[in-house]
Amino acid sequence: MSAHDEMIGQTTPPQGVLARFAAFRENKPHIFLLLLMMAVALLMMDPRTWVLLTISGLAMGAMVFLMASGMTLTFGLMNVLNLAHGAFISLGAFAGASVLLWLSSQASEPSLLINLAAILPALGFALVVAGLLGLVFERLVIKPVYGDHLKQILVTVGGSIIIMELIHVVWGPNEIPVPRPEALTGAFLLPDALPVIGGVALEKYRLIAVVLGLAIYGLMTWIIERTRVGILIRAGVESREMVEVQGYRIRLLFLGVFVAGSALAGLGGAMWAMYREIITAHMGDELMISVIVVIILGGLGSIKGCFYGAVLVGLINLYVGYLEPRLAAVATVGLMVGVLMWRPQGLIPVIKV
Amino acid sequence: MAESILSLSGVRADIDQYHILHGVDLEVPAGELTVLLGRNGAGKSTTLRTIMGLTTVTDGKVRFRGEDITGQPTPRIARKGIAFVPENMGIFSLLTVRENMVLAAVNGPMDPARLDWVFDLFPPLKKFWNRAAGNLSGGQKQMLAIARAIIEPRELLLVDEPTKGLAPAIINDLAGAFEQLKQQQVTVLLVEQNFNFSRRLGQSAAVMNDGGVVWSGQMTELADNDDLQHELLGLGLGEHQ
Repeated sequence: MSAHDEMIGQTTPPQGVLARFAAFRENKPHIFLLLLMMAVALLMMDPRTWVLLTISGLAMGAMVFLMASGMTLTFGLMNVLNLAHGAFISLGAFAGASVLLWLSSQASEPSLLINLAAILPALGFALVVAGLLGLVFERLVIKPVYGDHLKQILVTVGGSIIIMELIHVVWGPNEIPVPRPEALTGAFLLPDALPVIGGVALEKYRLIAVVLGLAIYGLMTWIIERTRVGILIRAGVESREMVEVQGYRIRLLFLGVFVAGSALAGLGGAMWAMYREIITAHMGDELMISVIVVIILGGLGSIKGCFYGAVLVGLINLYVGYLEPRLAAVATVGLMVGVLMWRPQGLIPVIKV
Repeated sequence: MAESILSLSGVRADIDQYHILHGVDLEVPAGELTVLLGRNGAGKSTTLRTIMGLTTVTDGKVRFRGEDITGQPTPRIARKGIAFVPENMGIFSLLTVRENMVLAAVNGPMDPARLDWVFDLFPPLKKFWNRAAGNLSGGQKQMLAIARAIIEPRELLLVDEPTKGLAPAIINDLAGAFEQLKQQQVTVLLVEQNFNFSRRLGQSAAVMNDGGVVWSGQMTELADNDDLQHELLGLGLGEHQ
């Protein structure tokens, strides 16, 4: 069979520094942009401030990633625009906060272990409540409007208003203060002996958010890249019909992804609640701007793009917020516009065939 | 003629407002390779899609092993042991060759012995096992599409124009693979425009025209009868050589 066994072309590595740089920019646009942004910020501020802002930006990015990852999958795989995603974030925040308040005696102990006895149930409850709502929402609201974007927008905005009003009914119309568990308050001091950045105080909670965000990104990447369900999700993004032809019920896969995405939104909301230490029913709406910027920036349907998009949004928010606070919101949207002019499909596009 | 494993009776189907199938009657004998011939637009591809549940049947019945499968959802039809290779091959181009095959083996991990057999049939698949399927050449994609359909034993393969756009050498390889499937008495319903390929492989044949089956019988009858070919397919023997 060798007669037509043509080789798949191997590209020769580019020659010269400039060509290599151009190749890096085109092949790894997410890393290029990240490094560029961090380098430019470093030139504009004192290194100690830069370290502080970078960690904070990564923490914000990690939480926004949790909230956005579900939406990017729902859109990429199911082609469903769920504008009620923000309401799932709010619901997760309230569900998590309720558990934290209920277990406040554990949360106010200075021991991390005892705190965890409050934090883990809080995050778990937020995950479950948002996931269950996702299950009901998909069956009741999304299922009748598959394939029609206009109807999806109308019906999910309506659903979002209903959920937020229900939050008012259950938890009251006022904002609720959320006490951050004792062991997560305060900061680590970098040892003074370190050159340049010695003595910088890093907030514990932000570090934990970064670690948790990375862990979930790692887990999602593993599921998407390595497991059968992950292969099915990627296949479904490409062709729903062929997934069915192979004998898989794509509707069930859709439902599972939708529930998982809602649960993650709830988890992100609960983490955001502990970060901001105050929650309102409309917090989800405010976060949706960042979420939508992130999924468009990263490339719709791409988990990796979503992660890097979230980190970029977190960083630019903090950097610009420090340099010129009034421009922080402008910078987020400006970043999206800039990236789309450069790469209209987003940083890491998932090609639909 | 062997007992039929699939039978269509009076099947009608529409795509949007167009009536595509006007009462298709077709019997697919078990353990044989049946070729479905006909001009462009005769409704051959729609017939396959209708069997698979991808196009809605507005009237008539599709029976598989005696069971009425009309209107059943596609995944359930697939799980009964019907594999479908569409005209565009339906390869998941962003997935690797391996991942395409993993999904095709719906009932769990692939049987290594069977995978070896598939590799023997289509050696390039082994070579490009961990490459993105989108980077394969047209012929290799067709090999992957057929490999997916046979990685697990199936009751029936529906294959839509596998030779389309392929070089003669590759068509020859594909024919070899189908010969092997025939020896194993796998039931195949093959839509083809290439009459030589059809004549070489087909045991039974059916000819479609304008949304219905206008002739069916043994391939040898059709192959030996130039007038019949001319009448049904609009081809003289001089063509397609």
